Amino acid sequence: MQINREELLKAYEGMCLIREFDDAVHYEFAADAMPGFVHLYVGEEASAMGICMNLNEKDTIASTHRGHGHCIAKGCDVTDMMKELYGKKDGICGGKGGSMHIADLSKGMLGANGIVGGGPPIILGAALTYKTKKTDNVSVGFFGDGASNQGSISESMNMASVLKLPAIFVCEDNGYAESTAREYAVGGRILDRGKAFGLDSHEVDGDNFFEVYETAKHVIENARNGKGPALLHVKTSKVYGHFEGDAISYRTKEENERIKNEEDPLKIFKMKVTEAGLLELDQLEKIQAEAKAKIKTAIDESKKAEFPTSKDLLTDVYIKY
Amino acid sequence: MSLKTYREAINEALLQEMQKDENVVIIGEDVAGGAGTNGEQDAWGGVLGVTKGLLKHFGRERIIDTPITETAIMGMASGAALTGLRPVAELMFVDFMGVCFDQILNQTAKFRYMFGGKAVTPLTIRTMYGGGLRAASQHSQCLYPMFTHVPGIKVVLPSNPYDAKGLLIQSIRDNDPVIFMEHKNLYDTSGEVPDESYSIPFGEANFTREGKDITFIAMGQTVEICNKVADTLKKEGNSATVLDLRTLSPLDEDSILEAAEETGKIVIVDESYPRCNIATDISALICQKSFDSLKAGIKMVSPPHTPVPFSPPLEDLYLPSEEKVMSTAKEIL
Repeated sequence: MQINREELLKAYEGMCLIREFDDAVHYEFAADAMPGFVHLYVGEEASAMGICMNLNEKDTIASTHRGHGHCIAKGCDVTDMMKELYGKKDGICGGKGGSMHIADLSKGMLGANGIVGGGPPIILGAALTYKTKKTDNVSVGFFGDGASNQGSISESMNMASVLKLPAIFVCEDNGYAESTAREYAVGGRILDRGKAFGLDSHEVDGDNFFEVYETAKHVIENARNGKGPALLHVKTSKVYGHFEGDAISYRTKEENERIKNEEDPLKIFKMKVTEAGLLELDQLEKIQAEAKAKIKTAIDESKKAEFPTSKDLLTDVYIKY
Repeated sequence: MSLKTYREAINEALLQEMQKDENVVIIGEDVAGGAGTNGEQDAWGGVLGVTKGLLKHFGRERIIDTPITETAIMGMASGAALTGLRPVAELMFVDFMGVCFDQILNQTAKFRYMFGGKAVTPLTIRTMYGGGLRAASQHSQCLYPMFTHVPGIKVVLPSNPYDAKGLLIQSIRDNDPVIFMEHKNLYDTSGEVPDESYSIPFGEANFTREGKDITFIAMGQTVEICNKVADTLKKEGNSATVLDLRTLSPLDEDSILEAAEETGKIVIVDESYPRCNIATDISALICQKSFDSLKAGIKMVSPPHTPVPFSPPLEDLYLPSEEKVMSTAKEIL
């Protein structure tokens, strides 16, 4: 395993923070305390962390509607994010974006996206910037198994291949596009679609942080060294439904139990590092408790924060009339 | 100053801005042409030759030929603008917006507002529009009302070579996404254009004729139609004002109201489909803000609400013309 102790701690901290953030949003939303639509990332944490831990601050990512995990993994501040979810003036986008449009360009986070398949075309541009300016940065575009059927994904993979861009496409395949199964909606294999465009394409177990991390490290280093784009097909599962309020009646009870008990990336990580004697259980529990406390503070502060006012309505856009 | 075509003026604006700022890149289909072939490089320079000759100055790293993949072109240009380049993306015909509008409508137009003012998206999209080339329903539309409807993007319609150069330079330097629309019938028209670089600010309409009997409000190709009608009217003893809007978003409301109040008789000439177009929008504006100055009902000259027909006699019947503008003017003079 090519990962040191400090990085292991960072990985678990990140995954716990994502878990606690979205678990808290789940409860807040159910209690009617939060406006809008939210889509939760619980169960997919190893993907965001395994990939983003191979990125630096100047690398960029474009996310999906299920974007909180990517934001946290890329270093966005959880309190500013939470304020955004509550629509507050000091939110990360001034309360103008909300859950589906969280962005923080200073952290290289080019935005969650309310359009399925909307992000990957944008990372082509970031990757073009790096190629044109001759930096060794890379850009990562996340999308789901549902988006894999959008033309924008195929067009983006082809363009990245034609122009040899430092672009990494990450298909986070949680098995469901809204309520429709991957088995129904995806013709052929997602992996083969990457190969068809000439991308270095890999399938990884998204519940296993180490597998994601190692494969991502390989393709990201290659992209930095001018070897062109790649596709990672990350097979994972999500605990909650498509959106909050989804009764998930399309999944069986057994499947829900299996996802929670056997496919939990945090449990798997904990088991692996303690069995290998790399980290101790009490350390891991402390990290989790700290994450929980941090999210509680984020929620408390967000609830107290001010809403934007009429003065904010017409700013940040060209307007004369 | 020398005589240049609309096509040459646009080419010169691109050349000068690319020389000035190395972050400016051109992205599109066949913008150089000949990519991957053993034949001529810069074979096309854009389908109508507007970007011809730029390849030898800037190479394929900055004149980027893409596959036919409009969604990826618009997405790539938007993402590049978001991360430090100043791209000029070419959408060959505005009609093709149908296959890539999401990247404009939901992505680039929204970044600045949706991200709380932290995003800058200096993107210019050059595109061809308009009828007259017998190009039929899928290669002749105007569609600028659709873009004008969307907050966050600016819409520019140069009517002559001088404006084309100055407005394109302004578009490239602007930090918001701009749709720069070139009427394909104007490429071979010529006019005096300064050799040096200059820009024309957005939101400043241009009075191309000043008169007191009737006001024509026009945009893009319809400006020249209105100028000719105004010149004919002058010989007949009526003086007409012609206002060239230049930019539809931002819109120069002050000049529109001034032009309306000068004569109280308004004809708006707009080549786009007649429902919810620029003519209806301006008509509503004048009625709301300057109703008392009107001496007659506002008149509009637009095509009928049909797709653009192919057959030459049908397309001629379809498009606004000097004859239609003249007869409409005479109804209220």
